[in-house]
Amino acid sequence: MRRWIEALFALLLGRLFRRRTAGAQTAGGSGDGSGDGSGDGRIVPAGSPERRAENWVLALLALAVLFAAGFVVSYAEFSPERLPNELLGICIGGALLSITAALTVVARRLVVTEEIEEEYPQEHPKQQSEVAQLVHESGSRFTRKRLLLGAAGATAGALGVAALTPAVSFGPLWDTGPLDESPWRRGRRLVSVDDVPFKASDIYEETFYTAFPEGADKEFIASPLVVVRLDPSAIHLPAGRADWAPDGIVAYSKICTHAGCAIALYRKPTFPVVEPKPMLVCPCHYSTFDPATGATVVYGPAGRPLPQLPLMIDDLGYLRAAGNYSARVGPSWWNVRSDPTFVNKPT
Amino acid sequence: MSDPILEPVRFIDERTASAPLLKKALRYAFPDHWSFLLGEVALYCFILLILTGIYLTFFFDPSTAHTVYHGPYTELDGRTMSAAYKSVLDISFTYKAGLLIRQTHHWAADMFLAAIVIHLLRVFFTGAFRKPRELTWIVGLTLLFVSLLEGYLGYSLVDDLLSGMGLAIGYGVGLSIPIIGGPLMLLLFGAPFPGTPSFWPRMYIAHVLLIPLLLATLIGIHLALVAARHHTQFKESPRHTEKRLIGVPMFPGQAPRSLALMFGTWGVLFLMGGLFQINPIWQWGPFEPYLATNGAQPDWYLGWLIGALRLMPSFDVTVSHFTLIPNPFWGGALFPLVVIGILMAYPWLERKLTGDYRFHNLADRPRDAPNRTAFGVAFVFWVFAIFGFGAADRILVLWNIGYNTQLYIFRVGIWAFPAILFVLVRKLCRELQAAERIERAQHEAESEAEQEHAVLAGGAPPAPG
Repeated sequence: MRRWIEALFALLLGRLFRRRTAGAQTAGGSGDGSGDGSGDGRIVPAGSPERRAENWVLALLALAVLFAAGFVVSYAEFSPERLPNELLGICIGGALLSITAALTVVARRLVVTEEIEEEYPQEHPKQQSEVAQLVHESGSRFTRKRLLLGAAGATAGALGVAALTPAVSFGPLWDTGPLDESPWRRGRRLVSVDDVPFKASDIYEETFYTAFPEGADKEFIASPLVVVRLDPSAIHLPAGRADWAPDGIVAYSKICTHAGCAIALYRKPTFPVVEPKPMLVCPCHYSTFDPATGATVVYGPAGRPLPQLPLMIDDLGYLRAAGNYSARVGPSWWNVRSDPTFVNKPT
Repeated sequence: MSDPILEPVRFIDERTASAPLLKKALRYAFPDHWSFLLGEVALYCFILLILTGIYLTFFFDPSTAHTVYHGPYTELDGRTMSAAYKSVLDISFTYKAGLLIRQTHHWAADMFLAAIVIHLLRVFFTGAFRKPRELTWIVGLTLLFVSLLEGYLGYSLVDDLLSGMGLAIGYGVGLSIPIIGGPLMLLLFGAPFPGTPSFWPRMYIAHVLLIPLLLATLIGIHLALVAARHHTQFKESPRHTEKRLIGVPMFPGQAPRSLALMFGTWGVLFLMGGLFQINPIWQWGPFEPYLATNGAQPDWYLGWLIGALRLMPSFDVTVSHFTLIPNPFWGGALFPLVVIGILMAYPWLERKLTGDYRFHNLADRPRDAPNRTAFGVAFVFWVFAIFGFGAADRILVLWNIGYNTQLYIFRVGIWAFPAILFVLVRKLCRELQAAERIERAQHEAESEAEQEHAVLAGGAPPAPG
């Protein structure tokens, strides 16, 4: 295979060089040679032949063929794991760029580059008024034009609405109930991504855990929690949440209230001089929440705290939900701040 | 003897009576200036996107059904993931040349939008949008914004971690539309994010059929409008006038150049697809709503939106217990709407302000219209500075400039710098104009003096020129 390609290449080069020396003699003083096309009945002005340029085009097209063949050969020769993407790219890119070069030679040396003049299109005042006239005259038998046009418009509108109606089956229409669904309820255990139940003793300070409701769909937006343990003396939760953080363990919805990304960063250990407290951070737009104060926004574009889930520790030491979220989960919308009435998410 | 060209032409003309049109099309004049090729680059990117996209549809599976990966990429062996993500892993590792096509498709999308934006800047700064070409401008802008949506859907379909984060943000921005955002997003997604399983095939059919069809139609209209009014041209000589266009004919002059540009664009994109990695989705891993990664950046053409989302101060506009305007609305929805609105209205705004209602076939040089150029530079800077803030987290890592420091610099800078730039650029344009006037006056005085000298010397005045 390789020897064949080498032989072909050598043959081609040989021919090219012979032609070039021959061409140099015959095509001397070629130049543009653009005669004025108008004199001799021609449309495109004449020019003298350019054998050398033709040779270049032939050589470049041959190169394109070689590259294209190279693509097929490398596709066939390699197994999927060993086939270098670079080789394929160079083959097909090389073929296309060889064609580009050939066409460039054609454009610059082989076709006559004329400059032609053309009138810009004009307006047509006469036809404009004729069109208006014929429309006016066509409607001259109608006496109640506005009413009829209005009726036609209403018909088009009604038909359009009817045609779009089936698209309403995409999802619930004007029912925001699904946004109130939560898989959490009092007593539900917190489990890890591998369904291992969390014990309070599994939660260490200075680190960050993702927890889910036991047995629920983990991809549901209201499922994931961030769980961190803080020094109980540092916790200052809003009023009415005094018993929501047993042993200093707090849990918040993991979905950012700004645009719905996951709160995936925990700033701990901290840089005591300027960032003295541990913080929960969303990597999408850097909304930053203070887990010690009910995940209030301390920085970034989020407009609401993260909803908090009250926790309790059962007799065996397992972490369980002690109720439902303090607010609706996820990015803000019209009704996100009204009192949540959570619907149990069927699992 | 039959003429091999004449025969088919006759065949066609006898059946369609199109020979006059064909003759006219072949001799359509293209102005000979490189900047008129930018739109063509965009067109050729679009064609390549269609071609590579067709190939990808043979192997892509638009399904969120769970599947366990066992394939050549051992790092993800045994991971549960969506069928969509698995099929893109297979395109990248299992099917030969799949990675090349996928990467070329992605690079072509990035270059498509880049070519459109640069083409738009050329059209803006040369005043080529003026009467009689406002419709071409409007259609072109629509193309740009539909293409943004198309690109966004394209990388969202893959269902890797980055694409899922992008989709989550899109959902969040959708929810932030005042009053109707919540029900609208639920209707569209079918359920709270990440939506019902049928959302994926719907997104897919939009990406591979509905939006490409819309884009192709808009491109057709755009080109038909260009051809109907012909290209603008620069006043390169006294022969270039508002009435007469000087150019290279479509055939034979322009055709090989244009084809060379097409193959060149494709060649470069395939080389990029082969040599330069883009969006290595296997490194991001599959998306889950509870996962996110730091340092995430969208494709370049959405950078302005992430910048705007990050730059907004923290507040939701509330009316009693109702949330009228959630925060993402400003950066994610209002900002692009303002940008598109200003651009769409610009030809009419300029006409109102300048009182210039004439036809324009001659393109301005930027200095010829100091107010437009100054406004354009300020406006572009405004958008691209907000874009730049989208990379603030990367700037922090690269040059250790605090994120906070950058935030305050940008919050002031995006307003202050455009204002300063407007004044400076306008002054620069006017000075360039003045310098030209002085040069012309000098030139005229010199040739006058020469003529006088010749008359005094008793000879005939020299021919001008």
